[in-house]
Amino acid sequence: MLRKTYDHIDSIGRAILNIKAGGVHNKEIAEVIYPNGEKALAQVIALDGDEVTLQLFSGGFGVSTDCQVRFMGRPIQVGFSKDMLGRIYSGSGRPIDDGPELMADMIRVGGPSINPVKRLIPKEMIRTGVPMIDVFNTLVRSQKIPIFAKAGEPYNRLLANIATQTDADVIVIGGVGLKYDEYHYFRQRVEEAGSMSKTIMFIHTHRDSIVEGLMVPDLALAVAERFAMQGENVFVLLSDMTQWSDYLRQIANAQDQIPANQGYPGDLYSQLASRYEKAADIEGAGSVTILGVTTMDDVTHPVPDNTGYITEGQFYMKDGLLEMFGSLSRLKQQVNDRTRSDHRNIMNAMARLLSEAEERVKAQKFGSVKDDYSLRLLEYRKTFQRELMDPFRFLQLEDALDLCWEVLAKHFKKEEVGLSSGLIEEYWPEKGQFRILKDGNP
Amino acid sequence: MASVNESLVGAGEIDGAVMNGEVAYITIEDGKRLKAEVIDVKPGGTIYLQVFEDTSWVKVSDTVEFTGMPLTAKLGPGILGSVTDGLQNPLYELGKIEPFLERGLEVASLDEKVKWHFTPCVKKGDHVTGGSVMGFVPEKIFEHKIFVPFSMPGTYTVVHIADKGDYTVADEIATIRDPGGKTIPLKMAFEWPVKTPMPFHERSVPTKPMPTGIRILDSLFPIAFGGTACNPGPFGAGKTVLQHSLAKYSEADVVIVAACGERAGEAVEVFKDFPKLEDPRTGKSLMDRTYIVGNTSSMPVAAREASVYIATTVGEYYRKQGLNVLMLADSTSRWAQALRETSGRKEEIPGPEAFPMYISTLISAFYDRAGVEILPDGKSGSLSIIGTVSPAGGNFDEPVTQATLLSTGAFWGLSRALSDARKYPAIDRLDSNSSYPSLLSEEEVLSLKALLREGKSIASNIILMGEKGITDETYIQFQKSELVDAVFLQQNSFHEVDGVTDPDRLRMMFDMVWKIVESPVNIHGKDDIRSHFNFLRQAFIDWNTIRPDEEGFEKQEHTILNLIKQGIHAQENV
Repeated sequence: MLRKTYDHIDSIGRAILNIKAGGVHNKEIAEVIYPNGEKALAQVIALDGDEVTLQLFSGGFGVSTDCQVRFMGRPIQVGFSKDMLGRIYSGSGRPIDDGPELMADMIRVGGPSINPVKRLIPKEMIRTGVPMIDVFNTLVRSQKIPIFAKAGEPYNRLLANIATQTDADVIVIGGVGLKYDEYHYFRQRVEEAGSMSKTIMFIHTHRDSIVEGLMVPDLALAVAERFAMQGENVFVLLSDMTQWSDYLRQIANAQDQIPANQGYPGDLYSQLASRYEKAADIEGAGSVTILGVTTMDDVTHPVPDNTGYITEGQFYMKDGLLEMFGSLSRLKQQVNDRTRSDHRNIMNAMARLLSEAEERVKAQKFGSVKDDYSLRLLEYRKTFQRELMDPFRFLQLEDALDLCWEVLAKHFKKEEVGLSSGLIEEYWPEKGQFRILKDGNP
Repeated sequence: MASVNESLVGAGEIDGAVMNGEVAYITIEDGKRLKAEVIDVKPGGTIYLQVFEDTSWVKVSDTVEFTGMPLTAKLGPGILGSVTDGLQNPLYELGKIEPFLERGLEVASLDEKVKWHFTPCVKKGDHVTGGSVMGFVPEKIFEHKIFVPFSMPGTYTVVHIADKGDYTVADEIATIRDPGGKTIPLKMAFEWPVKTPMPFHERSVPTKPMPTGIRILDSLFPIAFGGTACNPGPFGAGKTVLQHSLAKYSEADVVIVAACGERAGEAVEVFKDFPKLEDPRTGKSLMDRTYIVGNTSSMPVAAREASVYIATTVGEYYRKQGLNVLMLADSTSRWAQALRETSGRKEEIPGPEAFPMYISTLISAFYDRAGVEILPDGKSGSLSIIGTVSPAGGNFDEPVTQATLLSTGAFWGLSRALSDARKYPAIDRLDSNSSYPSLLSEEEVLSLKALLREGKSIASNIILMGEKGITDETYIQFQKSELVDAVFLQQNSFHEVDGVTDPDRLRMMFDMVWKIVESPVNIHGKDDIRSHFNFLRQAFIDWNTIRPDEEGFEKQEHTILNLIKQGIHAQENV
């Protein structure tokens, strides 16, 4: 069908174009045709009478007033096919590896959310081999959880580790605002782990337009959701959602939207939520688990703040370690009573003692910590950090739990740890018999 | 249709009059009808609508059809035990059509196939008014009164009333005649505009504490039947767990959960777990007293507001039934944010943090719908509202928290410091407050608060000067305050027994913990004192996890009493 083209361009911004046209649908895809015949994609984001506002996938630079716009009569779609496994795509769904274009079914992007009655209560632990996760903030299938970290922390390494060390059927990597070397790193790690054949990557790097970056999570999640509906357990990695939010802010600003906090649009929460909520364990089908990255300096910044209200906890990474305080898995209670009889109790006891130790750290600054118990608490804290908080120390859950007991036994008397006599009898290790603790046999 | 900007749609060239607040439908190209609500009439005849569905594929030439009716809730038997979206569409019914929440789907709010056993209590020739009871049907936990709709003014004569028997909400069960001779058919269900508060027959004040099973609330920061409370807090401080405990254990007859803009998974936990749990007061499933209305965070934003009002209207209706209703609104901040989004698109001049200027008025009017009502038969019903607030950055100095504090009778401030220290519920012991009476005596509450304040002040001395810098007496006082916090105020919501404390047990526990506080401890040396209190704490926590009728309860009680004695007589033993 021959589609009409329009050439009454009113204005061109960094990522926004306004044009007069009729019969246009909200969210319709359009082609911007340059005088030299080249084409770029755009999407309708608002209509006012015959005034159409379009978001330009490759930015406004180079668009001229004598460009023409052709509306395509379809919404945004992405290809879906099993042949996409092992392939790498851009934020507009083009292959960016050396592979061929694929014939694939086109599926909708940004569709409605799953009916809550079709969700199952998450109940299956995902073993990651990371002690701070498996013991203290257990990851559960269908969870949505980001890593909160300053830019430059090794969060992508952890993300790639978790994805490749677990039993996911399909891994979908959504890279937003990646530096080229980060993209390269993901690709290399997935290949090294032998997981490429079950991985699809949607990658936006800093040389691509921000609108493509904005699209990455939607494409990744649409494909992931479709795999899940076919019964697969899918892991989606989204890095970095703070940059994604920044792109959202830029587009909102270009549209003259009234900013809410720190220039972010008032719907930042809803925008983040509609992506993260795609995580689900679906009745009669598979699941989508989302691991994100939220870079931040301060947890009260609007992006981590809104994210924290949406996701089911967060892993807080600082100075290369996974922190106890600030980290949280909201779903851990669903699974950690079915792992080993001591799991919940030792998790709580370790956290309580660490919290007591943190109080002493404050007091220590005043030089007021002199009693034996307090000094042992401080030693305990050091051992804890060294033995348990390293995100790249791989331990099976059972070994990690044994390690917790060894750390307690190294520093405390049985009656000091607040654990029931039954558990202590079963698990308390004798000094000299430590198995896991690195410098454990005094 | 004149313009589209996300959920805000402008319409022009209207035939006839348009009412602010009326419901309209936009028919899009594929024939689907999108529900919307008029929110503004602008000069020049442009009408602004907020659309309750995704507006993709809407065009400027699409037609808008106005219904002349405001947004209503359908009230009648069949609400209890159900789960609906923010517009009262039952989710299980929608789930039979499609696994995803496709737009344009509407199903009957109350199942029209279910038969209810109706027993009339009026007869032909009786005079009735709006709110008169025409009969009863049994609904799950109680006898559901079938009313003449409250909105009907004046007096009517009953022309026909159905015989005792089984009817659906779609069947006519009565005909009444107004003084002018016009006859009106009535069914068991009727509609009420959700943004109009139902008038109280006679309003009374909330004075009777509502046991929640949560010790820190029932003792220090109680809520009353018909009262209001808010729990603001940063994420991860335990709002969700607290809400779930309240929904499970509160001694209300009916619990309404309005999941407004929050995680879908949390609502799912409620409606998939509650049917399996028994309500100890009725012996029936906990779901039988529960209604869940959910507009979770990824559902269309404009329907968030509707979900809160539908929940409130249903709450008022069950209050008219003479029941004590508890409504949990989680989270009112998401509702406020939805208003902010729409306000921004309308280009209204923004107030603080870009929230609309009128946000405080809306919040106060919302909480004002809670209250105690004396009904025509002299009995009473109540609607209590507990709203969570999710302040940006966990900072309470923001417009939604501030407006809420002015409108509610109890304030439960959740603290990240307490949740980091795993002291759950992480409700700030010193900054929270309540204007309702406690299950403890006024004097007990004051003493408890004084002890906690003293404990906190000693704690800061210890940080400055170390344990060696304070006397044994002061250290004992500190340990007592810590113990009260650890064994009485802290509670393990995930523990079957400790998770809920009924008023009798609360009394028993308070008396025991206070016995410890009032008993002297004649032990010297910080290490021995700490060790003594460690044993006491352990014994008390163990006691908390045993049911009073269980074996070992009395033994454990004696263990604690013995420890108290050991503390008193420590000197003599040496």
